[in-house]
Amino acid sequence: MAENVLSAPPVQTEPEPTPERPNPWLRVARLFLRQREASIVVVAIALIIYFQFSNQAFLSTQNIRTLSQFVAATAIISAGEVMLLICGEIDLSVGQVYALAPFIMYFANQAGLPLLVGLILGLIVCALVGLFNGLITVMLKVPSFITTLGTLFLINGLTLTISQGFPVLTPSEGLINEILGHASYSEIIWAIAITIVMQVVLSWTRWGLHTVATGGNLLGASEVGVNVARIKIGNFMLCSVLGGFAGILEAFRITSIDPLAGGTDIMFMAVAGAVIGGTALTGGLGTIVGAFLGTLVLSILRDGFTLLGVSAFTFDIILGAAILVAMILNVRLRLWREAGRE
Amino acid sequence: MSESTTTEVIRTEGLVKRFGAVTALNGVSLYLRQGEVLGLVGDNGAGKSTLIKILTGFLQPDEGRIFIDGREVRLRSVSYARSLGIETVYQDLALVNELSVYHNMFLKRETLLNPLPLLNNWRMRRLAREYLESMGVNIPSVDTEVAQLSGGQRQSIAIARAVYSRARILLLDEPLAAMGAKEGSLIMNLIRTLKNEGQVSIIMIAHNYAQVLEICDRVNLLQHGRIALDKPAGQTSVEELTELVMREYRVGANQRQQPLAGR
Repeated sequence: MAENVLSAPPVQTEPEPTPERPNPWLRVARLFLRQREASIVVVAIALIIYFQFSNQAFLSTQNIRTLSQFVAATAIISAGEVMLLICGEIDLSVGQVYALAPFIMYFANQAGLPLLVGLILGLIVCALVGLFNGLITVMLKVPSFITTLGTLFLINGLTLTISQGFPVLTPSEGLINEILGHASYSEIIWAIAITIVMQVVLSWTRWGLHTVATGGNLLGASEVGVNVARIKIGNFMLCSVLGGFAGILEAFRITSIDPLAGGTDIMFMAVAGAVIGGTALTGGLGTIVGAFLGTLVLSILRDGFTLLGVSAFTFDIILGAAILVAMILNVRLRLWREAGRE
Repeated sequence: MSESTTTEVIRTEGLVKRFGAVTALNGVSLYLRQGEVLGLVGDNGAGKSTLIKILTGFLQPDEGRIFIDGREVRLRSVSYARSLGIETVYQDLALVNELSVYHNMFLKRETLLNPLPLLNNWRMRRLAREYLESMGVNIPSVDTEVAQLSGGQRQSIAIARAVYSRARILLLDEPLAAMGAKEGSLIMNLIRTLKNEGQVSIIMIAHNYAQVLEICDRVNLLQHGRIALDKPAGQTSVEELTELVMREYRVGANQRQQPLAGR
C-alpha cells in the first residue's frame, strides 16, 4: 500500500542531505510557502504589482476604497461558505438570503420597530432559512446542492413578492447607518473582524474542530461521538446569517434595498473565493483567512480590469481564465509545498 | 456466583443472531477474563464481525444473554456499551485524516482554556505526546496530520485513543490486517504493553494464527456461528487451527467434487 511509502520519510529526518549552507532568506521563504495561504498571497501580490504598473490609479486612496467595497460583502459570505464546505456541504441560496434580510429589517422598521430590532429580526429569519436548509439536508438526506437550489428560487420569489419587485431606501438613522456599512471603510472593517472571529472559531474551538472532523470523516466522527447533524445544521444557519448580515451592510452602504441584489453572482464569487483560498470542495480542508484572500484576488481582478478599461464582455472571459490560472497555480504550489514537507 | 466469574469482564450465553435466512451466530458462549487477551479466529463468514458488533452495542442479538462484570446487561446502543467501558477499534479507524494526531486523540474529549471556550492545544499536545511515548507508540510528532502516517501508526493511535478514553474492554477488529511485518510488530508491541499493564481486557479478531498465538492468552475458533475451540494459546498450534478450518473446507470441497470424479 501507499502507506508504506509515506511512512518512511518522517521516521528518518536526520540523514536527509542538507544543502551546504542554509540561506536564512531561503528558510524564511520556505517556512512562508508551507503555510496554506501562502500561494494565494503570492498571487495577490503579483496581481497588485501588475495592475499598479499598468495603471498608477490602482493604489490610489479612492480605488482602494472601491476595492474594499468589492471585497467586503463577498468575503463575509465566503466565511460562512467555508464552514459549510469544510463539513462537506454547500449553500447556493445565500445570495437570496442576502437580498431578503434587508427587506425584513425594512418592513419591521416600517411597522414601528427600532432599526436594530429589525436588523435582529432579519438575521433571525436568515437563521431559520439556514435551519430549513440544514434540516432538509441532514434529516431528509437531500444533497445540499439540491436543497439550497430549491431554497434559492423559493427565497428569491419570497423577496420579490414582499417587495413587489421595487427597491426601497434604507431607513436613515445617522450613526447606525454609518457603523453598519455606510461609512467609507466600515464594511471592510466588519469583513476583517468577521474573518478573524471565524478563523478563531475554526482553529481554536470545539465547533471548528468538529466541523473539520465531520467533513474529513463523517462516519468516523460520528463513531467517536461528534453530533454531525448538529454541526452541519449549525453551519447552515451560520452561513445564512452571515449572508443576511452582508446584505444588510451592503444595503446601508448604497442606501438602497434592491430585491435583485446579490443572487447567484455573489454566491458564486464567495464559493470561488473560498476555493481559490484553498478550501476543498470535498470537505475537511479550508481556512477563513484563505477565503478572504481568495475573495481579495477575485476583487483585484475585477477592479483592475475595470481600471484598464477592458469591456464588460471581454472582462468575463478574462476573469474566467484568470480564475482557472489562479486555481492551477494554487494546486501546483500546494503540491510543491506538500512535496517539500517530506 | 463462584469466585472465577467475578474476574470475568464479559460472559455471553447462547448468543443467536439471524439475518433473514442466514444464521450468523448460532449459540455463542464465550468469556473474557480481566486483563486477558482473547484471540478470535475463524474463516470469513464465521460470525466474528457479527459477534463484535453485538458486543459493541451496534447490533442486538435475537437470543442469548450478555454479562458485563457479572451483571446481565442489554447492550442497546454503542454509547451505552461505551459507558460500560467497551470501546471498539474498527478497521476504518475513525481517525480524521485532516486533523493532527493530538486532535484525533482528543476528539470529543477536548480540554479547554477555561473559562474561555477555546481549545487548550498546548495541554492536549503535551498529554498526547506523553501518553503515546509511555505506550511506546513511535510517531514523528503529535502535530503530524494523520494522513501522513503509515497504516501501523494510524492503528496504534486508534488503539491508544480507545485506551486513553478509559476503555476497560477493548474490541479490536483485525488490527493486523493489511500490514507488513514491521507495521504489524508496532501493533503487537502496543498490545503487549497493554497486556503487561493489565488494565484493559482485549478481544482481538485476527487472521494470522502465528501472530494470534504469539500475542494472545487464549484462542477461540468460531465456526458456523459457534465456538468450535477454546484453548489457551500455549496448548494449541497453528497446525491445529489450520487443520480445523481446512478439514471443514475439505469436506465441502469433496462434496462439490463428487460429480466431477464420477465423470
